[in-house]
Amino acid sequence: MPSHDERWLDAEAGPVVRPYALTGGRTRHAGESFDLVATVTATRAFADLAALAPEHVSVLRLARARTTVADIASEVDLPLGVVRIILADLRELGLVAIRTPVVMAERIDKHTLREVLNGLRAL
Amino acid sequence: MDYGLSDPAGGYPKRSAQYRAIKILLAGGFGVGKTTLVGAVSEIRPLRTEEPLTEDSFRADRTAGVEGKTTTTVAMDFGRISLRSDLVLYLFGTPGQQRFWFMWDELAIGALGAVVLADTRRLADSFPAIDYFERREIPFIVALNCFDGARRYDAEDVRTALDLEPDLPIILCDARSRDSAKHVLITLVEHVLETASEEPVSGIA
Repeated sequence: MPSHDERWLDAEAGPVVRPYALTGGRTRHAGESFDLVATVTATRAFADLAALAPEHVSVLRLARARTTVADIASEVDLPLGVVRIILADLRELGLVAIRTPVVMAERIDKHTLREVLNGLRAL
Repeated sequence: MDYGLSDPAGGYPKRSAQYRAIKILLAGGFGVGKTTLVGAVSEIRPLRTEEPLTEDSFRADRTAGVEGKTTTTVAMDFGRISLRSDLVLYLFGTPGQQRFWFMWDELAIGALGAVVLADTRRLADSFPAIDYFERREIPFIVALNCFDGARRYDAEDVRTALDLEPDLPIILCDARSRDSAKHVLITLVEHVLETASEEPVSGIA
């Protein structure tokens, strides 16, 4: 069972995201940085949609199916920088998980390169 | 079926195969056919960035009289090719000029490689992109978009003009053609594979 401290923190912290203030003038997001093609997936955490700005809700909805930062930015038609800040907000709230694809972390291995080659030839 | 965001029943991907998103960069001057090429081989979609202007970009933009301007909006060509459900290529086309390098720095991290799309009538437009990829040791190829009415240059003349290594692929293409655009990407991946095989294998096989 979760401790009372943990339970009360969420309620007492108040809205982390100011409604209708897309980024509150921020140009850099908090927390670990993530790549343009990092995958974004909504977590199972309960989302209080009324406390979120409409743009945050739109982004969260798109993340219900696994997607990427670039895909979301293109879909909601907001600048990438703004989408990054929204995603970082949602991550802080525990509503999305952002993972850098394993390929990004290291050099692309030959096996993957051959798979890409075969995939392109089959297009 | 409609379900709420907190509904655990639907929409969550299974933890099966590792999702691999692979970036390929496409650089070239304005009007060289980047949008056309991306559109020929993938579903093209708009992608905007709004980036803080660095001192360098200020200088390059010569924004005299607009001192209040601290961000710049750049439209990128963004295309997606699903090779398999767990293997997706992302194409990013942005202008090759030096003042856009702040974007390239991020795009280039972990990228498979790059295509420099060039117009033989304006070869000098591709110099900055070539410099960039050479300096950062990002594998790339040069694709010459054959515009109607443009004189067809010999690839070797272009190699000399651009001062490129003998083993760097230079190919002719028609950015409007899907097959031609595919061939450009295939040539890049083949080149990356060849380059990779020249390097010593690390670790134990």
